[in-house]
Amino acid sequence: MDVMMTRAAAIAALRTRMAAAGRHGRTPLRAAVLPFGIDAIDRHLPGGGLLLGAVHELHAAGPDVETGAAPALFAAGALARRPGPVLWVTRGGGVFAHGLLQAGLDPSRIVFADAGQAVLLVMEEALRHAGVAGVVGELDGKLGLTASRRLQLAAEGSEVLGFLIRRSRRFDDPALAEPSAAMTRWRVGALPSPPAVRHAADVASLHRPLWRLDLLRCRGGETASWIVEGADAQGHLALATVLADGAAAPARRRAAG
Amino acid sequence: MVIAAACPAAQAVGLRAGMKLAHAQAMVPGLAVLEATPQADADALERLAAWCLFLSPLTAADPPDGVWIDATGCTHLHGGEHALLCHLLDRVAQQGLTGRAAIADTPGAAHALARFGGDAITIAGAGATAEALAPLPVAALRIGAAAVEGLRRLGLDRIGSLAATPRGPLARRFGTGVLLRLDQAVGQVREPIQPVLPRDAVTVRRAFVEPLLTAEAFATVIPVLVEEACASLERRGEGARRLDLHYERADGTVQAVSIGTARPVRAVRHLARLLLERIETVDPGPGVEAMALVLPLVETLHYAQPPAALVADEAAEADLSRLMDRLVNRLGPGKVYRLLPVESDVPERSLRPVPVSAPGGTAVWVSPWPRPVRLLSRPEPVEALAMLPDHPPRAFTWRKVRHLVVRADGPERIHGEWWRRAGEWAALRDYWIVETGTGRRFWLFRQGDGCDPATGGLRWFLHGFF
Repeated sequence: MDVMMTRAAAIAALRTRMAAAGRHGRTPLRAAVLPFGIDAIDRHLPGGGLLLGAVHELHAAGPDVETGAAPALFAAGALARRPGPVLWVTRGGGVFAHGLLQAGLDPSRIVFADAGQAVLLVMEEALRHAGVAGVVGELDGKLGLTASRRLQLAAEGSEVLGFLIRRSRRFDDPALAEPSAAMTRWRVGALPSPPAVRHAADVASLHRPLWRLDLLRCRGGETASWIVEGADAQGHLALATVLADGAAAPARRRAAG
Repeated sequence: MVIAAACPAAQAVGLRAGMKLAHAQAMVPGLAVLEATPQADADALERLAAWCLFLSPLTAADPPDGVWIDATGCTHLHGGEHALLCHLLDRVAQQGLTGRAAIADTPGAAHALARFGGDAITIAGAGATAEALAPLPVAALRIGAAAVEGLRRLGLDRIGSLAATPRGPLARRFGTGVLLRLDQAVGQVREPIQPVLPRDAVTVRRAFVEPLLTAEAFATVIPVLVEEACASLERRGEGARRLDLHYERADGTVQAVSIGTARPVRAVRHLARLLLERIETVDPGPGVEAMALVLPLVETLHYAQPPAALVADEAAEADLSRLMDRLVNRLGPGKVYRLLPVESDVPERSLRPVPVSAPGGTAVWVSPWPRPVRLLSRPEPVEALAMLPDHPPRAFTWRKVRHLVVRADGPERIHGEWWRRAGEWAALRDYWIVETGTGRRFWLFRQGDGCDPATGGLRWFLHGFF
């Protein structure tokens, strides 16, 4: 028992040192996080939620890689639960602002920047600013290791929540699988939702969207998958209940990058 | 010696500018002749342009005999365009000068109408520039005498007939100068005026012993200029809204960098950083002999209490305006914006971009029906199978991929806005949110209600993604 205790303590101490080293020497007193409010997810994540002052990569599943709709709603839902202004950096057209309301993000909080080729540059600038609650960048194609490290370093100086939505014209783009210095990498993909009205599937109505949430990479943590209900009007996700008709069974997920 | 200018009395007896002096003296014995002083005239014109600042913040001398006044947004202060010109001519007459005035959409057109318009006051309505210019002689276009003569030989003596002539042959014969002046006059080409600076604008200038060539050298000078400018702003209790940094090159040209800020600022570091970021846009050419920082637009800025914990929100907001300044100056003013909702059910018309500095936050975003998070800028046609009149499609094919519809919600009917375009009188769209077998949700619509062909052609389109 005693050996077990010391071993657990030693592992905890090592974890702390690793986390400190991961944050490039700047030891956080107590890392601020944005919890999901879902026990199963929060317990799994180091710190108990999405780390603030960090960049989180968001990937879409399958053909949605081109449109990036589910990741945008995921980011909007998370930022809806944090006060303050949000910068949304895109190249050309971005999100449809009315659509963000379904995830609870008030569009009047958002400043949009059409950055052309300079998405990463603008993101880095904004991530340094403690006055911003969150920065969402939408990047087409490649993200180098250096570029992602710059973003991560910029975010560590402030408490800004950074999201990088990775998009591509090809849904099996190998560039999206390359490693990066982001704190976490998520894949948000749609799953078939259950009928809104039980026993009457023909009635025209839709249930809350169902997402398969994959934590593909996590610094200081392990990968995992959950099935959740998409962001509600307050930006909260919810763990999906077990479905009688099996509509949410992960077996029907499309295998794609 | 030739005559440079003649007064109305002299013109009445047949004397005009360009005539030999000996010839004129022979025609009119005892002619009173004063030596022309072009430099003094130019100085006086500059002073007149500065005097005209009482009408508008942007005025410029238009040598040899004119003054440009950018009256945009100023006319209502003087009771309309006509009243403004009457007021101006009255004030000019009180100074012992005679004047003619015109208002038009472009500096070139105003120049032409003031000199050739016939009346002392001419006003060309907004958008009516081309019609107002048509009857004027081509000489009104500020083109050389040789070009005027050449055009006359071709039978083109009115601006209207010049504008109707094919451009290719004109450009071959007269070069692009004539066409440029024509385009400037009708507003096809924008013509900036070099405004007179208000006399009390903060100006800081540094001249150098040796011309500067490197970015590092400019980066050393900029903080010095900004610090000095901010010191005088502080004395006046003002903050800068616009900064113009003039790089005066050794070849006599000036490269200007203009910076705007979202709110009045006199923070040295912030302003210097904005200017430093734009160094790369400057072409030093043979070297920069002097740099001048001009603050043409300033606003009152009182001392602010250092942010305390209780007003942390305000501090953060002020902080954000600095970030916005930097982004706007890097990306351009139209590229950084907020969105405001517009009261329109047609999705393409439901948003309006506004500058970041515009007052906002009062907008109410309501969405009775879910809207997609991604909207295609143009709806893309899809092939769909659906029962009429009010069933969702069973399947649809978009970009050669067939999607089976498992669940759907709708229809949401959106009517055309006939008050915007008469063609939308009967048009309507029926929107459906559909979920395919993979769980992806799409926003589809069908043109028409499925019964009345006048409402639309029953074609299906994909408009967005959830």
